[in-house]
Amino acid sequence: MPPDNDPYLVILVLMIAAVLFALAPLALAWIWSKKFSPQKPGPDKNAIYECGLESKGDAWIPFKAEYYLYAIIFLIFDVETIFLLPFAVSFTGLSADAFISMIVFVFLLVLGLAWAWQKGVLTWK
Amino acid sequence: MIDESLRTELSKQGIFTLKLEELYNWSRKNSVWPLQFGLACCAIEMIATSMARYDLARFGAEVFRPSPRQADLMIVAGTVTKKMAPQVIRLYNQMPEPKYVIAMGACAISGGPFKQGYNVLKGIDRYIPVDVHIPGCPPRPEALLHAFMTLQKKIEEQSLTSEQRPRHLHADAPSEFPIPQYGAHDLEPPNNPDVWQPPVVTRTE
Repeated sequence: MPPDNDPYLVILVLMIAAVLFALAPLALAWIWSKKFSPQKPGPDKNAIYECGLESKGDAWIPFKAEYYLYAIIFLIFDVETIFLLPFAVSFTGLSADAFISMIVFVFLLVLGLAWAWQKGVLTWK
Repeated sequence: MIDESLRTELSKQGIFTLKLEELYNWSRKNSVWPLQFGLACCAIEMIATSMARYDLARFGAEVFRPSPRQADLMIVAGTVTKKMAPQVIRLYNQMPEPKYVIAMGACAISGGPFKQGYNVLKGIDRYIPVDVHIPGCPPRPEALLHAFMTLQKKIEEQSLTSEQRPRHLHADAPSEFPIPQYGAHDLEPPNNPDVWQPPVVTRTE
């Protein structure tokens, strides 16, 4: 190649070579499979479940929303325990202010629990 | 087509010539992936074969696939009860072509010690084509390795284009085999007549 050519030409050539390098094996495999691997689909082969058993029903079933509420309430009280532990440890040395604010915090959560209970969230339907 | 004497002459000089078909089969036989699936005590021997002492990895077959979609070989390792047989055949149907079957152990090839029983299938070859049968109860890992090498030989000799090419290369040959139903006393039908026919005993006086 003469030196007065476009210096970017070599990059273009390399790019084409790279694309061919990637596509040629795929194309060869495709041609090979067309010739030497006849497609044989069937009801068993196209089945979704692949553990030997027949699947029953539909995979697109609605998931119960009750569990979500149950989990949220559990999570809130789970986090509350983190606050309750230091509260219990430093209980004797607490000021009246801190004690009252903690009681209010617990009371608000219990109120929420009572509301959920009354709404019937805790009974599994 | 290369002349056979020229070929041996070249190989004496250290130049190996081979057909595309041979290259294809050579790579195919060295990457047979078995289905990870065991039915009874033979499966323990199969597991032993795949572990370090017997080392099935030497044959390129250590990749036991838990899904039939990725498996080439089904090792029927153990007693096939009549309740299990439809599942085994369905798994076989779900494997992509080319697929091979090794029936491992007395139970898988004939029903073994349970042959006279009411609930054991008398050989999986009644429903699906079996490539290699191994006797033994259970066969030792060496026997499974031998079966594996036998299967490799079989794969190596399979032709791609001739009239004797294997079943999966015939476009009209079935890839799925009918799955038997649970009947009142036996599986319905008791065997796939395209694959296996009961032997006819003729007595001569």
